[in-house]
Amino acid sequence: MTDARLHSAIRTDRTGEARYAGLVARLSQGELGFVPVLVALLVVFIVFHLANPYFLTPRNMSNLALQVGVLGVMALGVSLVLFVGEIDLSAGSVSGVCAVVLVLLASNFSVPGPAAIAAAVLCGAAIGWVHGKCITVIGAPSFIVTLTGLLVWQGVQRMLVGNQIGQVLIDDPLVLGIASTFMPFWLSVAVVAIIIVSSVLVCVPRWQQQSEASRLDRLALLGRAALFPAMSLIVVAVLSNHMGVPVLLLVLVFLALILTVMTEHTPFGVHVFAVGGNAEAARRAGINVARTKVILFSICSAFAAISGTIAVSRQYAVDSNTGGGNLVLDAIAAAVIGGTSLFGGRGRIPGALLGAIVIGSVANGLDLLGQSANVKSIITGLILLAAVSVDMIARKRRIRTGAAGA
Amino acid sequence: MTAAGDTETGLLETRNLTKRFGRVHALEGVDISVHAGSVLALLGDNGAGKSTLVKIISGVHRPDDGEVLIDGTPVSISTPRQAGDAGIETVYQDLALCDNLTIVQNLFLGRERRRNRTPLGRMFLDRRSMEREATRAFESLGTTMPSLDSQVSNLSGGQRQAVAIARAVVWRRRIVLFDEPTAALGVEQTDNVHRLIGRLRDQGVGIVMISHNMADVFAVADRLTVLRRGRKVADMDPRFCTPDDVVGKITGSEVAVESRQ
Repeated sequence: MTDARLHSAIRTDRTGEARYAGLVARLSQGELGFVPVLVALLVVFIVFHLANPYFLTPRNMSNLALQVGVLGVMALGVSLVLFVGEIDLSAGSVSGVCAVVLVLLASNFSVPGPAAIAAAVLCGAAIGWVHGKCITVIGAPSFIVTLTGLLVWQGVQRMLVGNQIGQVLIDDPLVLGIASTFMPFWLSVAVVAIIIVSSVLVCVPRWQQQSEASRLDRLALLGRAALFPAMSLIVVAVLSNHMGVPVLLLVLVFLALILTVMTEHTPFGVHVFAVGGNAEAARRAGINVARTKVILFSICSAFAAISGTIAVSRQYAVDSNTGGGNLVLDAIAAAVIGGTSLFGGRGRIPGALLGAIVIGSVANGLDLLGQSANVKSIITGLILLAAVSVDMIARKRRIRTGAAGA
Repeated sequence: MTAAGDTETGLLETRNLTKRFGRVHALEGVDISVHAGSVLALLGDNGAGKSTLVKIISGVHRPDDGEVLIDGTPVSISTPRQAGDAGIETVYQDLALCDNLTIVQNLFLGRERRRNRTPLGRMFLDRRSMEREATRAFESLGTTMPSLDSQVSNLSGGQRQAVAIARAVVWRRRIVLFDEPTAALGVEQTDNVHRLIGRLRDQGVGIVMISHNMADVFAVADRLTVLRRGRKVADMDPRFCTPDDVVGKITGSEVAVESRQ
C-alpha cells in the first residue's frame, strides 16, 4: 500500500471532534440525557405553582417527598429490567404480597422489624428469581411471565389478607418510622456536603480532560456537575422550613445511588447495557446473558418489596389493595419519562427518580386543585406519550447521525 | 504483539478437520496452516465449508474428526471463551459490537479492567487504564478515533471495523479470524481495513480471512486456500497466480461439467 493511500485512509477516520464528545454534540446527536425530564419537572412545578401557590410551600413539598417514595423505589427496580429490554408488570403485586409477608410476620408472629423487613425483601428477591428463571429457561416473553406474576401474586396477597378482616395493622416502630421520621438539620447539611464534595471529585478530572473543548461544552459540564448538589441544596433549604428532610427521601436517594454505581461503575453494569443493546454480541464476549437477566429480575422484585415496606409504613397497615391500581404502570412510566428506552440498552437510574418525581408532582398538584383520579390518570398518560415521543425523535436522530458517517 | 513463531511448524494448523451436519458433509479432512505474521485467505463458493472451518477454530462448532493445533500442539476448543484463552479472536461479519456502548466498553466487553488492589476495588471499573490501553491499541493500528467515550453507533463502517480489530490487539491475540471483513464496505473503507489487517500482520499475528473479494485476497493475503464442497482443492501463492486461476478453482467448472453427465 502506498503512502498516499495510507494517509487518505487515516484521514477518513478523523472527524475533528475533541477527544471527549461534548454535551452539545451529544444533544444534537440525540443523546438527550436528563434534559427532557428536567424540563418536564420545571414545567410541572411552574404550572402547579401558578394554579395554586400552596403547591411550592415547604409543607406541601415535604408531603410530596413522602408521596414519591413508594413509586420511586419501584421505578428504580423496574428500570433495571427495562435496561435489558425486558419488562416487569408484576412489581405492584410483588410489593403487595411482600408487604403482607412483612406485616403478618411483624404482627401475627411478633418478628422484630429488621428481621421482618429482611424477610420481605428476600421474599421479593426469590419471586424475582423465579420470574427470571421462567423467562430465561422457558424462553417465555417477560411480558407474559410477569403478567402471570401480576395475577398470581395478587391472588396470593388476597388469600393471605383474606384470613384477616379488611386490613392488617402493624405497630412495629422501625417499620412505621421509615415514613414518619425527619432528619435533624445537621444531618441534612452533612449529606449535602458529601454530595457536593463527591461531585467535585468526579468532575475535576473530566474538566481537565476537556481542556480543548469549546466554552459551551465546558459550561454544559459545569451544569451537569452542579445539578445534583444544587438540587440537594434546594431540597434541604426548602424542607428545613417545615419538619426537615424526611428519612424516606434519604433512603430513596441512597437506593438510587447504589443502583447508579452498580449500573455505571461496575463491570456488571456494562454487561447489563451490553445485553440490552446487543445480546448476541454480549454472549460472544462471554457474558452470561441469562444469569444477568435473572439477577436483574431479582433486584427489581427486591426493590418492589422495599417499595411495599414503604407503603406499609405510610399506611400503618396492609390490605388487599396495597401495591395495586396503577402503581406498576406509573413506575414503568416514571422510568420512561426519565429517559429509559423500552427497546433496552439505554437509560440511567437517576432518570427514574426524576420521572417518579414528575408523576408524583402531577398527582399531588391535581389533588390540590381538587381534581379526580380520572384527571390524574389522563394527565400522567399524556406526559408518558410526550416522553415516548421525545425518545422516538431522539432515536431517529441517533440513527441518522450514526448512519451519516458510514 | 508476540514475536514471530518459527517457520517449521505453523502458528495455527488444522489436521483432517471433518464436520457433518446430518447428511451434509460440511468439511472433509481439511488441513490448513497459518504462520505468525502472515495472512491466509480462505476462499470458496457458498456452502464450501469456509464458515464451518472458522466456526470450529473459534469454538462455535466441535469437529467430528481431526484436530486444531497451535504451535504444533493439539488444543481443545469447545467454546468461544476457550478460543480466546488459546489466543484466537474472531472478527465476525456483523462485528458483534454493542452500538449503545462506548468504544472502550466494546473493546473490553466481558473482560473489563478492575481497580485491582482491594476486594472493594475489584468491584469497580478502572476506566483510566482501559482508556490508556485503548489509545495504545488504536495507535498501533495507525487509526484515530473521534473520542474514546463516544458510542459505537456514532462511528462509520470503517471505524467500527477498527474497533472490532482493536479488540484483538488489546487482548494480545496471536491468531485473528476474519469473516468477510469488507463485505459491507465502500472502496476507501475497504482500503482502510486492508491497512488494518496489514498492521496486525506486521505485529506478528497470524490471520485467517474468509473472503469473496478478489481485491482483498490479492491486496493482503500471503497464501490462498480454496475449499469446494468441504474439501481443500487448492493451496496457492497470490504472487504466482491470477484472479482467474482462483475463480477457476472456486467454481471448479470442469467438475461441474462432469457431474452433470
